[in-house]
Amino acid sequence: MAVMKIKKFSFTYPGVDHPSLKNITLPIEQNKITALIGPSGCGKSTLLRSMNRIHDLYPGNKYDGKIELLDLETGKYNNILEIKKENEFIKLRQQVGMIFQKPTPFPMSIFDNVAYGLRIAGIKNRSELQDRVETALKGSALWKEVHDRLDRSAMGLSGGQQQRLCIARAVAVKPEVLLFDEPTSALDPISTGAIEELIVELKKDVSIAIVTHNMQQASRISDYTAFMYLGDLIEYDKTENIFLNPKEQQTEDYITGRFG
Amino acid sequence: MRLFINKIFLALSVFSALIGLAFLGWILITLFIKGLGSFHFNLFLNDLIEGGLRNLIIGQFILAGLASLIGIPIGMTAGIYIQEYGRGKYAALIRDLSDIMMSAPSIVIGAFVYAIIVVPTGGTSGYAGAIALAIMMIPVVINTTDNMLSLVPRELREAGIALGASKYRVILDIVIKAAKVGIMTGILLAFARIIGETAPLLFTSETSNYFSLNLSESFPSLTVSIYDLANEPEESSRDLAWAASFILTVMVLIINLTGRFITRNKK
Ligand SMILES: Nc1ncnc2c1ncn2[C@@H]1O[C@H](COP(=O)(O)OP(=O)(O)OP(=O)(O)O)[C@@H](O)[C@H]1O
Ligand SMILES: [Mg+2]
Repeated sequence: MAVMKIKKFSFTYPGVDHPSLKNITLPIEQNKITALIGPSGCGKSTLLRSMNRIHDLYPGNKYDGKIELLDLETGKYNNILEIKKENEFIKLRQQVGMIFQKPTPFPMSIFDNVAYGLRIAGIKNRSELQDRVETALKGSALWKEVHDRLDRSAMGLSGGQQQRLCIARAVAVKPEVLLFDEPTSALDPISTGAIEELIVELKKDVSIAIVTHNMQQASRISDYTAFMYLGDLIEYDKTENIFLNPKEQQTEDYITGRFG
Repeated sequence: MRLFINKIFLALSVFSALIGLAFLGWILITLFIKGLGSFHFNLFLNDLIEGGLRNLIIGQFILAGLASLIGIPIGMTAGIYIQEYGRGKYAALIRDLSDIMMSAPSIVIGAFVYAIIVVPTGGTSGYAGAIALAIMMIPVVINTTDNMLSLVPRELREAGIALGASKYRVILDIVIKAAKVGIMTGILLAFARIIGETAPLLFTSETSNYFSLNLSESFPSLTVSIYDLANEPEESSRDLAWAASFILTVMVLIINLTGRFITRNKK
């Protein structure tokens, strides 16, 4: 089942006359990992950033089509492009979390980082906060390393630890979907391996969309792969089909490294 | 040829740096000799009327402190507005205005406050002096806040928004914290700047020989008194002015060094 259905979706940045995404139709399957691949500038980040409407931090974007998100409580799909009210945006972002390329720890303690989204969501009870923070850190394979220094600044962690902290922070609010935009491209191979393992582990609980430039990464961890080119979705299929048996010539050229 | 020009240029730079340093050294040495010569610990215990500086030092800090209480919130709010919310004409206008204010001669600001506060209220007062200093301070605080916030990476704001926080919470909880050290340093340097000012106080707060906490009348000011004392005929007054200048310089130096120390330790 799809947790998100992107339908005939087009996106135009303010002050640009042509759309950066054209007529994209794509599902994000529940409890699966969907990889978005394609050459630089093809619109992967633009698409990902539409899925929680983080674009709306900067005014003047133009959306067309639909992005339907499954509400797990009601079992209904809601078009997130219709959201206008502040509290609906807050709910959307609690349902659809995001992890960035560079780790983005907040300048506060490790505990407060993970508790940030929970406090925003209105959880004030100290012991509940502690439980959820611990669960999130354990779920992000960081608990062992930081359990004895939760009150220390998050800025003192290594890059890989910071990235896992950001994942813990996003996981803590129990989202339905997690969006990753090249989460390992700023990390060393060992930290990258740890994050990849973690992402695979996470799909038990959440549905995942990940942008990556690393073909091996996409083939290693993802279940579905979407190949994009110049704002178009060229091909979407099971990952093994995309990598072993692509239908489109452009896809084959890209994954075999002939262009891009 | 290029090498030759390089050498000339280098020589000229070294030369002008040396001239600058020489004058700075000269000023500091004179200040040290003359100031230390008339310095006595009793200066901190007596008011000007008894030949001491106590009331002046306290008064100067009260004026600068009150100016900070007015100037920091206004300056920070404006700085936050133009960096985080302003995208259009208003932000550009405030930024330009603040730049103009920053380069306005301090005596002009004194004259302005004289015209809009001292004249209507019928006399010089500590309030008028503090307002003049606040006007000096505001553009510096706006500028630091604006610059320091602009250094906070975009992704940090987005990460906050992506967790469901509203924009103002992200600014208050995350962005300002990330820029805290820079903003604090800037504010400290702004404070160091206004605490040594004379011109904005000259005809707004004036000064007083007596200890006073009443801000609605003329208020003791170290800098204005230095100006007055230096113009008096008696040798003893001028000695006192030297001692006061020495103390003022040391105070400003300490505040400045603290600011630099904080930045260095954090980076
Ligand atoms: N803020 C913006 N305003 C205008 N155009 C933009 C903006 N951000 C991106 N674009 C354009 O939109 C297109 C898609 O950009 P996007 O960042 O989504 O590409 P990408 O596939 O993520 O590339 P990369 O692999 O380099 O991250 C590009 O042509 C880019 O120049
Ligand atoms: Mg990108």
